[in-house]
Formats: sequence, C-alpha cells, structure tokens
Amino acid sequence: MSTKEKDPMFSAKNMRLLGNPLNVDNPVIVQVLGICSALAVTAKLKPAFVMAVSVVAVLALANMIMSMLRKTVPPRIRIIVQLVVIAFLVILVDQVLKAYVYDVSKQLSVFVGLIITNCIIMGRVEAFALGNKPWPAFLDGIGNGMGYGIILIVVGFFRELLGAGTLWGYKVMPDSFYQAGYANNGLMLLPPMALIIVGLIIWAHRSWNKNLIEK
Amino acid sequence: MEALNIFIKSIFIDNMVFAYFFGMCSYIAVSKSVKTAMGLGAAVIFVLTVTVPLNYLINDYILRDGALSWISPSLADVDLSFLSFILFIAVIASFVQLVEMVVEKFAPSLYNQLGIFLPLIAVNCAIMGGSLFMQERAYANIGQATAFGFGSGIGWWLAIVMMAAIREKISYSDVPKPLRGIGITFIITGLMGIAFMTFLGIQL
Repeated sequence: MSTKEKDPMFSAKNMRLLGNPLNVDNPVIVQVLGICSALAVTAKLKPAFVMAVSVVAVLALANMIMSMLRKTVPPRIRIIVQLVVIAFLVILVDQVLKAYVYDVSKQLSVFVGLIITNCIIMGRVEAFALGNKPWPAFLDGIGNGMGYGIILIVVGFFRELLGAGTLWGYKVMPDSFYQAGYANNGLMLLPPMALIIVGLIIWAHRSWNKNLIEK
Repeated sequence: MEALNIFIKSIFIDNMVFAYFFGMCSYIAVSKSVKTAMGLGAAVIFVLTVTVPLNYLINDYILRDGALSWISPSLADVDLSFLSFILFIAVIASFVQLVEMVVEKFAPSLYNQLGIFLPLIAVNCAIMGGSLFMQERAYANIGQATAFGFGSGIGWWLAIVMMAAIREKISYSDVPKPLRGIGITFIITGLMGIAFMTFLGIQL
C-alpha cells in the first residue's frame, strides 16, 4: 500500500489505534484478554498503576520489535520468537521495578513474570503487529496497554476506596463517616470482589454501547 | 504427609482460578460446554504436573542463588534467578510443542478433540504461574513440587468444569441483556470464589 507511506505520524487512522482500545475495543472488557493479572493486582491503587505502566511499556515495545521482525521470522517458529522477545522485555521491567520500587515489586510478586503469558501481549502481537508497520504497531501497543490500564485503575480505585478507605495509601474517607457508623468493607480487598466489579463494569459499559451486547 | 497437605491445599484453598485468577482468559473463553472444558482441564493437569517438577529441577540446579556449586565450588556465589522467566517459559513452550507432536502422532483422535487447546496452553498463565509460585514458595523437594503442580491442575480443572456446567444451565435463564456472556460469567466466578473462601480457615 503506497498510501501508507504518506500517512502523517498522527493521522486520524493512527489516532484511532490509540483511542479505540480505551472504549469500544477495550482489551479487558471487550476482547477478554489479560484478565488474570488485571484482577489479581488491583486490591490497591498503587500496584495497579505500576502494573499498568509495566504492561504499556512491554506491549508497546514488543509490538514494535515484532513488527520490525515480521518479515524475517518464519511463521512456524514465530511463537517461540515472540516469547523470547517478550520474556526479555519483562526481565528488563522486573529488574527496573526491583531497583526503583522494591515494595511494589514485592506486592506484585509473580504477576510481573506473568506479563509474559498475559494474553494481551501475545494477542496483540499476533493480531496486529505481524501485519503492520512498526509505528502503527507501537501506537496499537500503547493504546491497548492504556485500555488495560484504565480498567486496572478503575477496579483498583473502587477496591481500595471501599475496602480500606484510602487511595494511593492516603486516607480519604473522613473520620465523621466512621463515627456515623460507616465501616470499611473488607470483602472488597479479597479476590472474588475483583471479578464482581469487572462484571459490573462490563454491565455498565454494554448498557452504554448497545452493539456490544451478546445474543 | 507434607506433600499430601500441599496437594489438598492447592486444590481448595489456593485454587488457581478463585484465589489467583490464573488462566482466566482460557477459563472464560472455553467454559461454554462441559465437554471441551473437560478436555482443556485434563490437558492443563497433565502439563502442570510435568512442567512444575521440570522447572523445579532447573531452579534447584541452575538458577537458585548458589545452585551452580555442584559444577565447581568457585561458582557458589552465582545467582542466575533473573533468568528464570525466560528459562521457565522456554521449558513450558517446548514441552507443550513436544506433547502436541506426540499426541498428534500416537493418538490422532485425542488430538482432534483437543484441537486448538494444546498450543493455547503454552500461554495459559496457570502453567507459568504454577512454576513461578513453585519458585517463590521454595518447596523442599521434588515430591512436594509435583504434588503442588498436580493439585493446582486439579483445582483448575474443577473450576472450569463447574463453570461450564453452570453456563450450560444459565443459557436458559433470563439474564439482563448487557450482562449476557462474559459479564455474568465474571459475576458467577466471583460468587464461586466467595464460596471457595470457606475453605480458608482449614489448617493442614
């Protein structure tokens, strides 16, 4: 496609790659990718945010690298090449997290390693990066990473606010609430509530975007 | 005895799906009918039971801090654990590939039944998560690691088969329209997770 060469870097088409995953093409609640880690790290806002940033970084770079390699890698061995590229990026992220935010890295525990098997990364590389140029692939990575991050942050926000009365570790629920009989809902911090909150987000999102409703 | 405790614990208390959300992607995608759920669940049990002990050996003899001292004492202070992600995923991916080829060659009917699920297992977080938890919890010997892998597999199988059974029934119910499909699946899984939390108090 010769028109592609002339595409400006921030053309409308490229901006759609960034914007769609935030809403109608969200990786978590529409494409159903990468749920495992989306739920497990969201008991507090801070780990959820760190996880979101890590996934954006890995996904954008993995998409870009695989897109550059797409003509040289034979299709039969592409899965293992993808895994090596992704694992390499995840090791970098893991070492950076250990060096700069050690306490969060401890909280995330095995979930940093699980970015390797996060279906978002493999899914986007397979579905997009192998058929597109590096720059759109990079934008697609950023867009999908942010779509994933938004869900993480929304879930983390509600779980921390209702479960512990704090946000980012700071107390936000006023004391007068507690004196009036308000109590933190400890259930919010436990794993099952993450699933229920995501279920409710899907409900709200689909009532708003009617065409996504399943038969 | 310890191995038996780990086995029971990894099925009910530390259930892969309800406590850690491992393998949620395939759990949601494949739990539409009991039959396919059984097939994928069995494949996960098998792969977990083999890859966790394999990765245990790799961790114990190559990666762990000071693990290389069996080659020569001068290597005693080498810590290669930063390589664990890449080695674990390589073991898993190559093992899944191997299983796929063996099954295709010797049991074509089973291969057709499992179909796309076999290659999918390589990127199922339950498998990688099993190996990473094995490393983090530092099990004492290979017997315990095997018990953990087998138990986790059974726990995952149990979860997906139960979910598939519920979803087969729920297709006759009047679920609010925007909640149909994955929405209600999430909420049911959450409720099942709350039910499984009743096992939390058990001391083994």
